[in-house]
Amino acid sequence: MKARVFVTLKNGVLDPQGKAIGHALNGLGFPQVGEVRQGKLIELEIAGSDADKARADIKAMCEKLLANTVIEKYEIELK
Amino acid sequence: MKAAVIVFPASNCDRDAKVALTEMTGKAPAMVWHQDSDLPDVDLVVIPGGFSYGDYLRCGAMASQSPVMRSVKAHAEKGGAVLGICNGFQVLTESHLLPGALMRNAGLKFVCKPVTLKVEETQSAFTRGYNNGQSVVFPVAHGEGNYYADDATLDRLEGEGRVVFRYAANPNGSARDIAGILSEKRNVLGMMPHPERVVDGATGGTDGRALFKSLIETLS
Repeated sequence: MKARVFVTLKNGVLDPQGKAIGHALNGLGFPQVGEVRQGKLIELEIAGSDADKARADIKAMCEKLLANTVIEKYEIELK
Repeated sequence: MKAAVIVFPASNCDRDAKVALTEMTGKAPAMVWHQDSDLPDVDLVVIPGGFSYGDYLRCGAMASQSPVMRSVKAHAEKGGAVLGICNGFQVLTESHLLPGALMRNAGLKFVCKPVTLKVEETQSAFTRGYNNGQSVVFPVAHGEGNYYADDATLDRLEGEGRVVFRYAANPNGSARDIAGILSEKRNVLGMMPHPERVVDGATGGTDGRALFKSLIETLS
């Protein structure tokens, strides 16, 4: 199975990189761009075919290492 | 006082810490490689600055999972002193030995300069040799020193006298100008500025000496 984990900053946590990207896009002639938030995409290959187990395992991976839940949230996508 | 310095791949202030500890205690600290799961019998563990594991994933995230950190956690749980400097502070928050997180500097730039700090708390093994409210100058050198915690945690840290150092002029956007904090049991200190770089006047100042002296007086 392939999984994708999206790690992003929690709402309310300042994202200086996102802000800089937003400013740059505005400067490039895209005034329609409002707030920008930057995150990470982590792709994982997971052995086995039990989707529920894979999802639970990846949740544990996120809690233990992939995300810092003090400042970040995550979403898991399984294919 | 017996001390150990943890060495991760891409630590780069481990030798500064060794020089400072050797100068202040009169004996060289044990240098402990991150793959070692056993710590020698020491009073103080220093987690030095640098870019452990190349700052992959998040600063300090990989280091917090290394074998030696299990022993550092056990040392801290028994009440042993732990000093995390710069990347060491990031490792301590990632290990949950200290609350909060260190984020990208608000100005997005790596900040490398001497900064003035206010000693906010002298009721600790690390700072009893300073005067309350004293100004000290320590260097900072970091890209991710912007301390973040939710308001309830910040209120608690302040209420319990756990904010030890505050920036006189905030260089990184850190919440409430926080430069260094203590754990609940007050035996773990994490700070972004570098006290180990100011023990010898030849390298820019001596304001860091009192921190090591405080530890020696408390732990010896």
